[in-house]
Amino acid sequence: MSTIQRNMSLTGEPPKTINTQQKLASAIGLFGLALLLLALLNVNFPNKSLWLTASLVAIGAGTVWFSIAAYAHKHEGIKNDGVYFKSLTSKGFWAWILGISLTLFYVLLYWFPQYLGLGNNGDNTDLVALFDPLSRFLNGGPASQWFVYGTLYTLAILAFGIKFILKYCHNKYEKLRTYSVMFFQLGFAFLIPELMFRLNNDSLSLPYYDLKNIWPLNYYNFEQYRVDQFISAGDIGVALLIFGVVSILIITPILTYKYGKRWYCSWVCGCGGLAETAGDPFRHLSDKRLIAWKVERWVVHSVLVFVVLMTTAVVHSYLGDDSSKYWLTKDVFLICVAVILTLVFSGTFIFKREALQKDAQLAAIGYFVIIMSLIGLHYFAATKLFLFNAETLRQSYGFLIGAVFSGVIGVGFYPIFGSRVWCRFGCPMAAILGFQQRLFSRFRITTNGGQCISCGNCSTYCEMGIDVRAYAQKGENIVRASCVGCGICSAVCPRGVLKLENGPLQKRIDSNEILLGNDVDLMNYVNE
Amino acid sequence: MEHVVIIGNGIAGVTAARHIRKRSDKKITIISAEADHFFSRTALMYVYMGHMRWRDIEPYEASFWKKNRIELIKAYVETVDTRNKTLHFKDGGSINYNKLIIATGSVTNTFGWEGQELNGVQGLVTKQDLEKLEKNAPNNKECPRAVIVGGGLIGVEMAEMLRTRDIEVTMLVREPAFWAAVLPKPEAEMISQHIISHGVDLRLTTELEKIVGDAHGNVKAVITKAGEEIPCCVVGITTGVTPQISFLEKSKIETGKGILVNRHLETNVENVYAIGDCAQQREPIGQRPPVEAVWYTGRMMGETVAQTICGNPFEYNPGNWFNSAKFFDIEYQTYGWVFSDKKRKEYEAQFHWECTKDLRCVTISYHKENNQFLGINTFGIRMRHEVFDRWLNEKRSADFVIQNLKQANFDPEFYKKYESEIQNQFIHQFENA
Ligand SMILES: Cc1cc2nc3c(=O)[nH]c(=O)nc-3n(C[C@H](O)[C@H](O)[C@H](O)COP(=O)(O)OP(=O)(O)OC[C@H]3O[C@@H](n4cnc5c(N)ncnc54)[C@H](O)[C@@H]3O)c2cc1C
Ligand code: SF4
Ligand code: SF4
Repeated sequence: MSTIQRNMSLTGEPPKTINTQQKLASAIGLFGLALLLLALLNVNFPNKSLWLTASLVAIGAGTVWFSIAAYAHKHEGIKNDGVYFKSLTSKGFWAWILGISLTLFYVLLYWFPQYLGLGNNGDNTDLVALFDPLSRFLNGGPASQWFVYGTLYTLAILAFGIKFILKYCHNKYEKLRTYSVMFFQLGFAFLIPELMFRLNNDSLSLPYYDLKNIWPLNYYNFEQYRVDQFISAGDIGVALLIFGVVSILIITPILTYKYGKRWYCSWVCGCGGLAETAGDPFRHLSDKRLIAWKVERWVVHSVLVFVVLMTTAVVHSYLGDDSSKYWLTKDVFLICVAVILTLVFSGTFIFKREALQKDAQLAAIGYFVIIMSLIGLHYFAATKLFLFNAETLRQSYGFLIGAVFSGVIGVGFYPIFGSRVWCRFGCPMAAILGFQQRLFSRFRITTNGGQCISCGNCSTYCEMGIDVRAYAQKGENIVRASCVGCGICSAVCPRGVLKLENGPLQKRIDSNEILLGNDVDLMNYVNE
Repeated sequence: MEHVVIIGNGIAGVTAARHIRKRSDKKITIISAEADHFFSRTALMYVYMGHMRWRDIEPYEASFWKKNRIELIKAYVETVDTRNKTLHFKDGGSINYNKLIIATGSVTNTFGWEGQELNGVQGLVTKQDLEKLEKNAPNNKECPRAVIVGGGLIGVEMAEMLRTRDIEVTMLVREPAFWAAVLPKPEAEMISQHIISHGVDLRLTTELEKIVGDAHGNVKAVITKAGEEIPCCVVGITTGVTPQISFLEKSKIETGKGILVNRHLETNVENVYAIGDCAQQREPIGQRPPVEAVWYTGRMMGETVAQTICGNPFEYNPGNWFNSAKFFDIEYQTYGWVFSDKKRKEYEAQFHWECTKDLRCVTISYHKENNQFLGINTFGIRMRHEVFDRWLNEKRSADFVIQNLKQANFDPEFYKKYESEIQNQFIHQFENA
């Protein structure tokens, strides 16, 4: 069996699909990258503004030209020809080269920024220095490694966003949602925080705040230094702080109820934005096996528990004990957390018990018990919070989840594991939104009666590794916590079987409405 | 324990096995000579085009079969001895059954052309065909040009496959437009244009005379009935499929074009059933052809026969006809009956709408006298199966369908809607008439 497979890809030598224009475009893009690399290797460019501009423009223009050359002469339609023949998109040589380079970049970024040229007190060299002019222009100060990263990240979303739009030029849903992530990345993640920084002066000092980056994705939002900054910044600061709390507790449930988690994951979020644009060529690499789904549910929910514990611990650690000074004391805070969790879990179990799968129930019960007992432990025994020191928890979360998982594995391994590894296995925000989507949302992917031919395009191109076909071929709607509503399964389906919709909660998952073509009586038996 | 043996691991056989397992504890064995595991025949093209790997077109993981206690045997059944309830394999060995389900599918239909046995002449039905094509037409250096004989669903898929490797394709079609035996003329013409726009050399009203080979027994060219010689390295035979029943010749099982079955999908021999592509209804059901070689009817027959075998005798009773396909970039769906010009019933009237870009069209057929809606063909606009099924059952009028077309729209969100354009044209048509 496997020998045949190997033979088939070996004997088949489909034509190389890259044309002359694409080669030229690649050369321009690589030239831009080479400039950055030279800067990294200590070349001190004389006119930094000029060279930085040249580099960024070359990368952007090269990518866009490449996409035009790849798609413009083609018919409107699906453009997946040869995906599994190209080295870069089928875990071949170039995929590994790219993966390793990206990973190295992340390692430098997180742990050795000095090698990128980060200096003390804005005394930058190398790559970071190259970005100083742009940083000064936007926020008035010198660049940091994060500024470099943010700029390149935004550039990637914009350039590859255009590529994605050209690729799916026939699909308005895909186009609109890509415009949206491009807008949120450029505006909310990049420009607004930089400009906000500019507003800071002696009397006002707001923390760097990407408004769309909601806790728990933004796991550090409620750390002491930020909260202090918010509070000391007066009304605006307090408003932002309240907005941060309201986002997760009120805004997300409402929007997810109405539109599914896609409103965030594939229309707004920056991680999702990169996955959908630069990561698009790798979406089919996601693991579709049942075992991967199992691992996913355990890991992503563990991260959620971790972040809740960590944040509770951190906030707890800087709150006071004296209620006469400020109403929110350590104890009040813990009680609030306990009450919120209890409300969520008991509500779910009372109203949605049957919708939860068996192991999901067990997991939920398990985690709930852990959280409650840890809180109880502290409350009654008053030892160190949660057995661990809050700062240790915070640091390990930042290292393990914030850096290793979301950066190194999440993006560095795009060409190997697919584009949404972080979103699927690691993101606590996705876990919360997924929970909401699974249980209280109008969103579903409707299956079109009996039209499915089990071809597998939908499952293959689902970046979240959902076996869409398993549902579609049974005539069942797809309601999965992890679905980010990218709409690609619907786009690639050759038989028009799938439609992302918001509709009434009744009959959302109804497998009794199977319309596989036989008469109604038989279907009654089949569905027994 | 009763032993149910199924010959054929296609959609029909596998659906039967799954549903028998759901309802009973019987021993189940599936025999197939083609592939280790069930795969989606309809997706063969995507493997050659590089959209998917082989394992991606297998709908179930390898562990599925064990978990559901469905035994798989890879062998070719050469003879069926119904008296001793035994199957004999080509490579020796045999197996006994209590109940036998034959789900052997189809083979490529050929017409005894001269040269059809040459290397490079092939159909596109089996896994082996796919491997052959990979060998015969790996790229446009080895195979600069291919000729496809026959303009049907498999033919257009083969053309699309070869075009992704920049191989020149000439397609010989007997009718005056692509698939004109099935589609009304305006649709057949629109699709023909679309096929041409993909660089296919579409030869209409052209038939194959013979295939010419070189000294090594490889294909060199084809010669058309008009006498034209077209050089090529591969000849794709896509002139339809026919039930795979050759191995039943010496058995007691009655066959016609396919294996003859009644509405319970029983053959003339007790405890032997036939389902899927290889089955032929003794009495055609409604307007359906007696042999239905489509995916979902195989699935339905599998469900039906599983009920019967598990002691709940059930008639195969397909509801309203539906089907779908894709011609390069244009998706096609059909619900109810819309006939081609040649097959059109005398009571059938058709309303046709086409968008200006030549990528979308809709044909609605209805009863001339009472305006009853009979069926719809839709190209480039997705429509809801459930809604049309309901409307057909409720015997709605064409007027009603046109007025409520929005309800049936299944295109992705934010897509441009064409309903009002269609409605306007429909109303207009009667003003002029
Ligand atoms: C390229 C292509 C595209 C298609 N696209 C569509 C489509 O888009 N929509 C649609 O509705 N239909 C489509 N069809 C038709 C559809 O695939 C068939 O109707 C369906 O697969 C039939 O299923 P089946 O289970 O009856 O038989 P099959 O899938 O043909 O399975 C029969 C199996 O039995 C095995 N077998 C036969 N004889 C023996 C024997 N003596 N011993 C052991 N094993 C044996 C065969 O090797 C085969 O594996 C397409 C067909 C092809 C070839
Ligand atoms: S199921 Fe479809 S919409 Fe959801 S993530 Fe997968 S491909 Fe995207
Ligand atoms: S839903 Fe569409 S893409 Fe998915 S298996 Fe069915 S036909 Fe193929």
